[in-house]
This record gives sequence, structure tokens and C-alpha cells, in this order.
Amino acid sequence: MGNIVTLLFNGISEGCLIFLMASSLSVVLGLMGVVNFAHGTLFLWGGYVYAWIYNWTGNWPLSILAAVTVGFGLGILFEKIFISRVYGNMSAQIMVTLGLQIVFTELCRVFWGAQQITVARPSFLSGVSNFAGITIVHYRLFLIVVGVVVTVGGQLVLTKTRVGMIIRAGVQNSEMVDSLGINIKRYFTIVFAIAAALAGLGGALYSPLNGTLNSNMGAANQLLAFIVVVIGGMGSFIGSALGSLFLGIMVAVIGWVLPDISLVAPVLMMALVLIFKPKGLFGLAVRK
Amino acid sequence: MGEILLRTEDISIQFGALKAVNKVSISIEENKFTTILGPNGAGKTTFFNLLSGLYKPTEGKVFFRDKDITGQTPQERIKEGIGRSFQLTNVFPKLTVRENVRLAAQSAANVGFRLFKSYKSYAEVNARSDELLEQVLLHDKAPLRASELTHGEQRKLELAMVLALEPEVLLLDEPTAGMSVEEVPVMIDLLRQIKEKGTTIVLIEHKMNMVKALSDKLIIMVNGEFLCEGDPEEVSRNPEVMEAYLGGGVVNVTA
Ligand SMILES: Nc1ncnc2c1ncn2[C@@H]1O[C@H](COP(=O)(O)OP(=O)(O)OP(=O)(O)O)[C@@H](O)[C@H]1O
Ligand SMILES: [Mg+2]
Repeated sequence: MGNIVTLLFNGISEGCLIFLMASSLSVVLGLMGVVNFAHGTLFLWGGYVYAWIYNWTGNWPLSILAAVTVGFGLGILFEKIFISRVYGNMSAQIMVTLGLQIVFTELCRVFWGAQQITVARPSFLSGVSNFAGITIVHYRLFLIVVGVVVTVGGQLVLTKTRVGMIIRAGVQNSEMVDSLGINIKRYFTIVFAIAAALAGLGGALYSPLNGTLNSNMGAANQLLAFIVVVIGGMGSFIGSALGSLFLGIMVAVIGWVLPDISLVAPVLMMALVLIFKPKGLFGLAVRK
Repeated sequence: MGEILLRTEDISIQFGALKAVNKVSISIEENKFTTILGPNGAGKTTFFNLLSGLYKPTEGKVFFRDKDITGQTPQERIKEGIGRSFQLTNVFPKLTVRENVRLAAQSAANVGFRLFKSYKSYAEVNARSDELLEQVLLHDKAPLRASELTHGEQRKLELAMVLALEPEVLLLDEPTAGMSVEEVPVMIDLLRQIKEKGTTIVLIEHKMNMVKALSDKLIIMVNGEFLCEGDPEEVSRNPEVMEAYLGGGVVNVTA
């Protein structure tokens, strides 16, 4: 019993981490129609900036802030200089975002080297508690709190604010928002930058969970985020929350029950969803 | 003769070998109800796209109040005062009815780029949205998702959205397309009210009862070209029109 609860707990916390990447990827896809292959690179940069500042200053809030800010800044750079030129052109987008992924992953190696870097959790988050045979890793509990805050916050912004309403409308039909005299392109930049900041935050939270960083972690987590977007329904924020939880829990459970297939389990799940429920497990995909 | 609000000068657009609109010069008078009639494929919708800025003409010019707006984007033309609806219904299915109108109303109110301010606080935008929903008789549907409305209701919602932009001239492309027979008279009444409030309307329509009930002036287009214009009586006696409609046998004039 204790094992199962711990397993679920770990799965949910991993899900919360994936959610930071997946929700932002999904909203960018829904609003701008851009499949952003550079999303994992923003995650990677978030992780390295965090580790760099944290190992240097030991100041945790500053390190998180730096990672988020770098993500946001890179997001503006990517959107303004590169992605804004290829809206509506799927193959050019793939080339451009893949190119950004390669270049910025290499740059990461140039700045921080190709070897693994280690980074610790801040002391106030590094404890472990035990009740009734259930092991609670404090850092994982913290990830769940962040996941809940981002989900609730994101949902509030999307449903209760002016920009949220415009984004929801834009996800459904961006040309039509344009035809109402609202310059939707102006919102693309800001949404892309916020999405990039979330990816950066994801990287910053991931690296101390893992304890080590290497320059491949961006691509690996991006794959999980893509899988969540498919499972949760493309373009749906709530869908990506549910999809992340589902994936996190399934990966944890499969890793325990059938460790042999745990590596391929996410891809397998995505394939099954695509075959049987192409609009996502919850039917939330946004029709374009 | 009233003042000319909207005018084209030898406007044309070519798609490959097809001249979808060919050297059309027309004038839309302020406060008049003008209807553009013509067989399917005559180029009416394309002509609207040239007026609203969705298409750039291959030649010719568009003027709004004597100002050359040929180079303006659709958004700029909305700000000038040209509003349009589309032949295919265009609402946001997953937003509520009220949100749909509010989106348009806040665009018109130009409430600035205050990103995260709760939209509920824009009292004026809200009041205007509710007023428009009442005008198109959808106020009791305000909290529903637009996808839950009937087709006719969606067209009324769309009309409220265009009206929210406070256009001086309203371009309506078959606003009753797909509506049930009972809903058409409601739309006729609505358009009449809008006109009485001082909005100039240009309508594309095939339903002759509607055309006759509303129009001050008809413009006939055939094969991308201007054929003739005049008041409804005059035009229906024009032999060329008879020829285009009856002789050509291309039209389905749903009486
Ligand atoms: N973007 C485009 N590219 C190529 N051809 C086009 C385009 N838009 C319209 N056409 C062609 O131009 C012609 C005029 O089309 P348009 O839609 O303007 O006709 P219409 O008068 O509105 O007809 P209907 O009464 O059926 O709505 C048609 O032959 C159509 O196929
Ligand atoms: Mg048409």
C-alpha cells in the first residue's frame, strides 16, 4: 500500500514537471500553429542557467528567476527574429525550429561544456518525510505545488482576462480574430515568450530533481511533452494538464510493474492514443 | 443624391486566367441600402474581399470618403469604418455568446494593451455587448457556448459582432444563408433597424423577397463585371438583367 502511494506521488510530481513543458508547447501549437522543436532547448537553457547561478551564488530564488528570464528572453528572440517569418508555413517552421534546437544545444555545450554538471536541491527543499510507510520527498511535493499553481493560474488567465479571451479565440481561429481588428500577431510574441519562460522554469526545476545535467536532457523531455500534447489533445491547456498527470502516473506504474518496457512506454501510449482516440484521450483537441 | 461613402474605380482581380472581378466602378451612397445581385460565381464575394481589404486588387482603386484606401490592411479598414460579415458563419464556437460579442466590442473600444486586466471590469464594453445582444435578440442566450446556438442564431451573433465594431458601412454576405424560413423575417427586421440607426448597408443576397423588402438600390454583377444599377423597379425591367438571369439560366433566385 505504502509503495503504491509513493509510486503515485512520484508519478504525479513527474507529471507536474512535464506539464510545464507540455502546456506551453500545446498553447503555442494551438494559437500559432507552430510545432516548436526548439522547446526542449529552452528547457535545457533553463536547467543550465539555474545550475550555473545556483552553483555560483547558492541563491535559489535568484537562480530560478534567472532561468525563467533567460527562457523569456530567448522566447522573444526566437519569435521575433525567426518564427514570425514562417507563420503558416509548416515545413519552414520545422526547419527553423529544428535549426534553433541544434544551434542552441551546441551553444549550451560551448558555454557549459559537454560533460555532466551536478547541482543540488536547496536545503529547505531537500528533506524526506515518512508517514505510515509513505515516503514523501519534499522536492517532489514542491513540484506538485508548482504544477497546481501554474495550472490554476494559467486557467484563470485564460478564462478571466482580456488577453486570455483573445488567446482562446485565437486558438480557435486566429484569422478571424484578425478580422475583428485585433492584431493577433502582437499576442503571438508575448504568448511564445511566456511559453518559453515556462519551459525554462521546467528545466530549472528538473535539474535539481535529477541532480545532474547533460545537454541531451532537452530533447528527452521535449519528446515527453510532445507525447502529452498528443494524449491531452492539441491546443488544450487543461488537456495537457490531464495528459501530463496521466503520463506521469503511467510511466511510474509501468516502471514498477513492467520495468523492461518502461523506456518505450510513453511512445507506445501515444501510438495507442493516435490509433484509438486521435482527438486526445479527453477529446479536447482544438480543430484547426 | 447622398454623399458617396465607398467607391471603387476600375477595380479588378485576376486568379490565374480568371478575371473574377473585372474593371468594376461603383459608388455606395451614405444611408442607402444597396444590394448586389448576381448569379453564383459572379464575383460578389470576391468584390467584398476587395472592399474589406482581404484581397489586393490587380488593378484599380478603392476609396472611402474620398480617401484612397487601396493599400490599407483589413484592420485599418475596420478602423476607417468598414465592417463585414462572411458568407460562411464565423463565430468562435467554444467561447460563450457574450464573449464573442465582447471580443469585438473591446476591439472597437480599443481599450489598449493592458494585458492581464480582468475583462469583466470593462464596464462600458460589457454594457455595449449586452445592448448588442439585446438588439439581435440573443440576450437570453448570452451564457451559452456559441456552438450551442442554431445556425440562424449564430448568424445573428455574427451580426452583433460586426455591429460591435461600429462600422459606418456594413458589408453583409448572404446573412440568411442556411437560415430556416421562419428566421428570415427576423433578419429582415433587424437589418431594417440597423439601417434606421444610420448605418449604410451593402448586402449580397439571393432571396428576392428580402432584396425587395430592403433595397433602395440594386447593383447587378455578372461574370465579374458590373452589368447595371438602379432602384429595384428599374432594374427588374432591364432586358439585360432578364437575359442574365433567365436566358443564362445560371441562377437560382429563391423567391
Ligand atoms: N481565392 C481565389 N482563388 C481562385 N479563384 C477564386 C478565388 N476566390 C474566388 N475565386 C473564383 O472567382 C469566381 C467568383 O467567386 P465569388 O465567390 O466571388 O462568387 P459569388 O458571386 O460570391 O458567388 P456565390 O453567389 O456562389 O457566393 C469564382 O469562379 C471563384 O471560383
Ligand atoms: Mg459569394
